[in-house]
Amino acid sequence: MNTRVIHWFKFASPQNFYVLAGRMWPWFATLAALLTAVGLWISFFVAPTDAQQGEGYRIIFVHVPTSQMSMFIYLVMAAWAGFGLAFNTRLSGMMASALAPTGALFAFLSLVTGALWGKPMWGAWWVWDARLTSELILLFLYLGFLALQASIDDPRRADKACAVLALVGVVNVPIIYFSVKWWNTLHQGASVSLTRSPTMASTMLWGMLIMVVACWMYAITIALLRVRNIILERERHTEWVKHALE
Amino acid sequence: MHWNSVSEFFAMGGYAFYVWGSFGLTAVVVVGEVLLLRAQRKTVLRNLRNELLAESNPT
Repeated sequence: MNTRVIHWFKFASPQNFYVLAGRMWPWFATLAALLTAVGLWISFFVAPTDAQQGEGYRIIFVHVPTSQMSMFIYLVMAAWAGFGLAFNTRLSGMMASALAPTGALFAFLSLVTGALWGKPMWGAWWVWDARLTSELILLFLYLGFLALQASIDDPRRADKACAVLALVGVVNVPIIYFSVKWWNTLHQGASVSLTRSPTMASTMLWGMLIMVVACWMYAITIALLRVRNIILERERHTEWVKHALE
Repeated sequence: MHWNSVSEFFAMGGYAFYVWGSFGLTAVVVVGEVLLLRAQRKTVLRNLRNELLAESNPT
């Protein structure tokens, strides 16, 4: 028999995950810092000036990573929420709550950096375009999640209510993603796609991809740190937390 | 390297406000979130220790 099987469900207990998260976050934090340094170097010193947008296009090195992160975090959050509803594991709700604030911040950054790009390029901070509007709805979904959670005192009941909200809201993510295809939007189409070659210089593409991965590492670091706080708070009456403090 | 001078770098071809605004705000949010989590952890730990103390020394 293979004795080296990893017992994944072992880590579904908050106690074990607390320890695991504590060991993992420094690695992700280091990767995030290194990738951000490399990504910023490429963004400002390697990537050439854009022929049409001059230096203003450099906003994409922060706009694209924050935007894709805001959508991806939502999917991961909804997956944890769904997992929690299906298997009734305590950790799932904690993970979903650990991701929501970071997702909301990324959605906010996506909208603001987009506005800062839109003003010089389109001449408007904001337009009621399908892409922009659906991203704004994503921010409201995150805020709704956080508000709903704050309004229910029992954390396990809050987890369930928030899980339903998170799952219903998933419908918005493909709407954001495909909005530039489905409707005539002012927002440009995807610069990077799986089905065709990218429409930008390769150093620009590399800078963007490295910034995207840096954001992932950052989001993982933050989620691990926040879930550790949540675990301590919610499990404070258990013996293991008392022992961990001594 | 395509910047001829430091001031040219900071001017960002006339897009200084938009480019530095985007990167600056993102940096502020990222640093702020990290600091907030550290403060949150300190508060949680302090509350836990106080609760433990209160339990072990009933008055």
